[in-house]
Amino acid sequence: MIPFLIYVAIFVIAFFVVTKIAQRSAIADYGSLKTVTFGDESAVTPNRAASVISILTIFLLWGMFTGSALLPKFLHAPGPFEGTGTFEYTAQAGNERDTATVTVVVHPIDTPTEAPEVAPGDGWAKDDSVAIGMWRSGLLRVDRNDELGRGDGAAVIEINGSKVQPGDTVDVGFATVTISDKGTPNIQPDKGWQMEPIWLPAPEAVVKRIGEIASEGFRGSTLWEHLGYSLFRVVVGFFFGALVGIPLGYAMGLSNWFRGWFDPIVEFMRPVPPLALIPLVIIWAGIGETGKIILLFLAALWIMAIAARSGVSGVKISKVHAAYSLGASKAQIMRHVIVPNSLPEIFTGARVAMGVCWGTVVAAELVAAEQGAGMMIMVASKFQNTDIVIMGIILIGIIGFGIDMLMRWAERILVPWKGKG
Amino acid sequence: MSGLSIQSISMRFDLPNGGHVQALQDVSLDLKAGELLSVLGPSGCGKTTLLNIVAGFLAPTDGKMILNGHEINGPDAERGMVFQQGALFEWMSVRENVGFGPSMKGMPKTDKAEIVDHLLDVVGLQDFKEKAVYELSGGMQQRVALARCLANDPDVILMDEPLGALDALTREKMQSLVLKLWKETGKTIILITHSVEEALLLGERLLVMAPRPGRIHKEYRLPFAEMGVDADLREVKKHPEFAERREEILGMIWDMEEEIMGRTEAAT
Ligand SMILES: Nc1ncnc2c1ncn2[C@@H]1O[C@H](COP(=O)(O)OP(=O)(O)OP(=O)(O)O)[C@@H](O)[C@H]1O
Ligand SMILES: [Mg+2]
Repeated sequence: MIPFLIYVAIFVIAFFVVTKIAQRSAIADYGSLKTVTFGDESAVTPNRAASVISILTIFLLWGMFTGSALLPKFLHAPGPFEGTGTFEYTAQAGNERDTATVTVVVHPIDTPTEAPEVAPGDGWAKDDSVAIGMWRSGLLRVDRNDELGRGDGAAVIEINGSKVQPGDTVDVGFATVTISDKGTPNIQPDKGWQMEPIWLPAPEAVVKRIGEIASEGFRGSTLWEHLGYSLFRVVVGFFFGALVGIPLGYAMGLSNWFRGWFDPIVEFMRPVPPLALIPLVIIWAGIGETGKIILLFLAALWIMAIAARSGVSGVKISKVHAAYSLGASKAQIMRHVIVPNSLPEIFTGARVAMGVCWGTVVAAELVAAEQGAGMMIMVASKFQNTDIVIMGIILIGIIGFGIDMLMRWAERILVPWKGKG
Repeated sequence: MSGLSIQSISMRFDLPNGGHVQALQDVSLDLKAGELLSVLGPSGCGKTTLLNIVAGFLAPTDGKMILNGHEINGPDAERGMVFQQGALFEWMSVRENVGFGPSMKGMPKTDKAEIVDHLLDVVGLQDFKEKAVYELSGGMQQRVALARCLANDPDVILMDEPLGALDALTREKMQSLVLKLWKETGKTIILITHSVEEALLLGERLLVMAPRPGRIHKEYRLPFAEMGVDADLREVKKHPEFAERREEILGMIWDMEEEIMGRTEAAT
């Protein structure tokens, strides 16, 4: 909740600050001459400053709530209590009361610490000590070393001077102490607002992990091998999908018989998510490369077939007529009119297919694989290696984004006439 | 023997709902080589259908057409078509579009380049040779379409509202260009238009068609095309006979449109 509020606050403040600055240094470009911008889709372009601030904000929040070393200390959200704290309890047995001190050492989880030696102190209730890991809590049988224990009818009745009953909670500054049903104090040191590394590691921990896995590898393969395997599967599966799908789509666009024959199959397979095919493909082809490539082939096939089909059917009849009137033969019309006219659609299909394939390969690797980006995060999650999981997600995102950019770039270079007909 | 002869063409479209449309009924027409014919008529009277049949894109349900002594069946390079818009190949440059016909024939590169260069000069697009067609204005695109059609050296040029999408000024320039090309090349041209003025200016012969069923209503022989070849078209329009004919034909089409409206209103 608090991170969300901070996020909204940054959003609003950045908006006002940036628009103020932008107004002051306003450049009289074309867009600023428009009087109507609301509702004009072309007048809405992404504000670059907003994009940059948006990304920085995510990292800022991430760093704040993980106590990142990349951020100055004062920006950190309050961390969990670390160090030594004390509180007093008062026990009563019959009419006899005595007060003793409890020393609590709160230590980082990965540095095991013994409870410190403390002098027993006066009276029949002896002083206690306990060591608790950060973000953890601990039950302390305070009466165990006392002269009068639970068996003698002794019970804790006050914590730091305030009366307590089983179920009550008292704030002792560095922690809260709750009396359990049986009368045992349960000490919960302050967790602060930061996330525990096993839920969300700091950004630098993730970066460090990328470095480690890049140099040492993970489960017998280097990071590049894992990513390379995933990419290789996508490229090969897509290649075969396109190799079969495009001619199939052309045939469906040009021949009644092919259209009739394959329409039911394509229309049925199109809405089946490739992920639903994973179990069947595993049964038939196992979890090796063949199975994955068959899966990706199927994922790409229908998309490419449909793209090619609509590319062919989308040709304006006047263009075909014009070509006939200019003396072109059927083969020439195919090569010089129908194919180039369908290329933009095929490219759009290829971009969609690549995206779907990338998602499918990761999912398939999550289910079963020896190598691959999906396998890496799946295995890491089983061992609570959250840093590897997050690293994997970021890398998968970057690669998916990169594939899309590459396809867009290829589209701009290869089919510049897209949408210009 | 030379020329286009359209012999009692009829065209009936069967509709999916079981009904049918008689788009053309017994249309006959003889065009001598080098004649310029403009066709006018209310919307839906079958002008496009007639042109598509002559081009060979549609087979008539009845009748036949003879061009230079042989019967027409199917499209052919001897009959070039200029569409209203959007029939250029946007994946080709201006040069490639104009050279499309010669390329298809397998003409040697140098001959082709010569033809393309000449035609681009004629339509005034030499500077735009390597541009993509979608970077050109509408008027320029129609000039490319004209040049592409001429590059094939067809016997007959068919134009379906070729200037319909242009602004008034560009349109006038294009009208002069069409007249110039007609005179220079001596092609037989059939031009469909919605503009009475354009039909008068660009028709040695003018055909007014009537709808339902589509048929020839009236034919004129006009002097204006010949006058307009080297003259300012605005001067031609000032001719007293021009205004007279325009009013006459406008009235005729207006009556037909009104009749259609009345009929559709009665039907609903
Ligand atoms: N493929 C078709 N199927 C069914 N009916 C058709 C078809 N093509 C044309 N028609 C009908 O034939 C008639 C003539 O159409 P056509 O397109 O030739 O008219 P037009 O004179 O060119 O009209 P406009 O001036 O609006 O272009 C119309 O009633 C139209 O509805
Ligand atoms: Mg028409």
